[in-house]
Amino acid sequence: MAVLSEEQSMLRDAAKSWVSGKSPVTALRKLRDSGNPDGFDRAAWREMAEMGWAGIIIPEEYGGSGLGYLTLGLVLEETGRTLTASPLVSTALAATTALLLAGSDAQKKEWLPKIAEGKAIATLAVDEGAHHAPEKIALKAAKSGSGYALSGKKSFVLDGGVADLLIVAARTNGKAGDKTGITLFLVAGNAKGLTREKLKSVDSRGVANLTFDNVEGAVLGSADNGFDVLDATLDRARAGLAAEMLGSATQAFETTLDYLKTRVQFGQVIGTFQALQHRAAKMFTDLELTRSCVEAALSAIDRNANDIPALCSLAKAKASDLAHLVSNEMVQMHGGIGMTDIHDAGLYLKRARAAEASFGGSSYHRDRYARLMGY
Amino acid sequence: MSAAEKLDPELESFRAEARAWLSENFPQSLKDFDVVLLGMIGQRPGGDAKLWTDRMGEKGWGTPTWPRQYGGGGLTPAQARVLSQEMNRIGAKNPIGGMGVMMFGPTLLEYGSEEQKKRHAPGIVSGAVRWCQGYSEPNAGSDLAALRTQAVDKGDHYLVNGQKVWTSGAQYADWCFCLVRTDNSKKHEGISFLLIDMKSPGIEVRPIRLISGASPFCETFFTDVKVPKENLMGPLNGGWTIGKRLLQFERAGLGGGAGSAGRGGDVRGVDQIAKDYVGVDETGRIADRDLRARIAQHQMDAKAFGLTVQRAQTEAKSNMGPSATTSIMKNAGSRLQQDRAELLLEIMGHQGLGWEGAGFTREETDTTRAWLGGKAVTIYGGTYEIQNNIIAKRILGLLDHQ
Repeated sequence: MAVLSEEQSMLRDAAKSWVSGKSPVTALRKLRDSGNPDGFDRAAWREMAEMGWAGIIIPEEYGGSGLGYLTLGLVLEETGRTLTASPLVSTALAATTALLLAGSDAQKKEWLPKIAEGKAIATLAVDEGAHHAPEKIALKAAKSGSGYALSGKKSFVLDGGVADLLIVAARTNGKAGDKTGITLFLVAGNAKGLTREKLKSVDSRGVANLTFDNVEGAVLGSADNGFDVLDATLDRARAGLAAEMLGSATQAFETTLDYLKTRVQFGQVIGTFQALQHRAAKMFTDLELTRSCVEAALSAIDRNANDIPALCSLAKAKASDLAHLVSNEMVQMHGGIGMTDIHDAGLYLKRARAAEASFGGSSYHRDRYARLMGY
Repeated sequence: MSAAEKLDPELESFRAEARAWLSENFPQSLKDFDVVLLGMIGQRPGGDAKLWTDRMGEKGWGTPTWPRQYGGGGLTPAQARVLSQEMNRIGAKNPIGGMGVMMFGPTLLEYGSEEQKKRHAPGIVSGAVRWCQGYSEPNAGSDLAALRTQAVDKGDHYLVNGQKVWTSGAQYADWCFCLVRTDNSKKHEGISFLLIDMKSPGIEVRPIRLISGASPFCETFFTDVKVPKENLMGPLNGGWTIGKRLLQFERAGLGGGAGSAGRGGDVRGVDQIAKDYVGVDETGRIADRDLRARIAQHQMDAKAFGLTVQRAQTEAKSNMGPSATTSIMKNAGSRLQQDRAELLLEIMGHQGLGWEGAGFTREETDTTRAWLGGKAVTIYGGTYEIQNNIIAKRILGLLDHQ
């Protein structure tokens, strides 16, 4: 565990207590079974914003607390423990980061205070296919009068069905595969020509496919040179999401460990069997290793260190591998009860896959790590 | 088919007979259609499916090696293989299946009284009677012998009280083969094997919803259920041996089919699906090299498994019934099935993570559901860990932890 300031410790403790009281796993179950079309509980999101969580990385001058990414990671880890569905990743992390890194003062003034107050849902729209591939952006943005008109598709946009603000990565030059020629745009959620299709995802969260037909967009940052900002934004989103996944894996592990200590078969608790003990020890080892990677990535972002990309790929890949290992073992070690819908194991298993797919899975990040290392 | 079989004139004459019978009796509308799947969702076959079931049932070829006197086909194992080849050739699937055929029937033939065989075998052979398995209980999973469902001797009947769980298809079953406790003073030696009519008063069945959304299993509650004494199979307090024998047949069925059965909605190879979703590089290789290496690893594992199934079949030709090596098949096969599902999900990316509705193809959501449902294969029929224990103890001769 990273050394925390008093403020960070307080926030983490507050998050722990709010999550266990107000947003246990049953909250996600309720969200799923009630068919809530938003993909998150708006009342819960208001409470989260009131506690300042939506503005943790937003500087004070724009209405936030400016506590940074490690602090946001602490909150994400706690919400990850109970699989809390909220716009923290889409809005408070990804979209906010893009605005912070590339926004003009006017753009920041327009959106960041609203985000910090929990009054605007914002998201990042990057991928256009089944897999994360920021270099392959094809959605076209053509000059139109004083602005740009966007046409094309975006897929699996987090909270994309309800977002008030979409930050869309589009191609203003070159062809799919080129890093140059990409520009970020601000697009209103209710813009003319935008069609949003909400999807029913395995993890019960709100994702959507978006279709753009000559939709008006305002440039965020500079035209044609958006890839670096996009990449930096994605890295911060990856590290934050890895923290959430670490939280989910930690909870899945602790629940499983409790079961090993209480379930009796053959006249003894099953945790006395070495075959299970060694697997539990392996999970614990991987949890500790992954925690180091996640905290290092988040701290590097706060220090603006020069190894942010490699650390973020490391954290996301490790967190994905860990989440699969632990959630699969959670099902297997619980046996039959772990296969039932009334048990939480399946929810952790499903979330692990969905979280991996967002912003690049293990395979993507191992390849990127190798490229960053020069081989 | 080995070269020796090809040259055997008696077998070739049987092949001609089977071919002629099939061409006359197999409805073409059922090509590649699995009638048994209807039973798994509680439907009785109708139309051509019923016709095909009735014809195969009458001929006894749905249970080809079972003795003629109980309605079976009375074929030799070699003839049964020829029949299976001829059916495969025309896309005809065996319409007689389920737990009665795979698990209970072979056990009945070995341990049932003459009267019990005559009473219960024909319903299995014809596909008319569906069986479910009353084994596990909430506190008796891997430690099955800890089961507590009581059957108390009341003179002319047993009075059964207790709860079973994971009773597959109990909501559709006509009969249940059940392990019950008839002596509380001993563990394994206090268990009996009882056949229970699911229409008996006092039985309540509640389906269990799984993480895949499906409900193939139930909780089954027995409250003062009267079971006639004649439904005890084998000796009183001698049910554990019979119950274990039945599990060997179950494992043989579960693992052996993993290479082809137990798949999701996909019909193409993993490599082909990967090319579609991930793309190829300029030389035609799957573009994601990390993924490509793992697909190759999986396909090698699948090949090794297939070769092992073949080898086991060859070696078992002279031998009746499954051996302890079936435990290897179950773990290898179930791990393979799960690896395949994980790979497919990774290959499909976001498209593999839909639950239902717009934005996903049927193949995609079927793959997702099969991924989730497939997590059960290392749990049911003896967990992965229990199978490894069996290998370590029975095959390797390693002693229990002292």
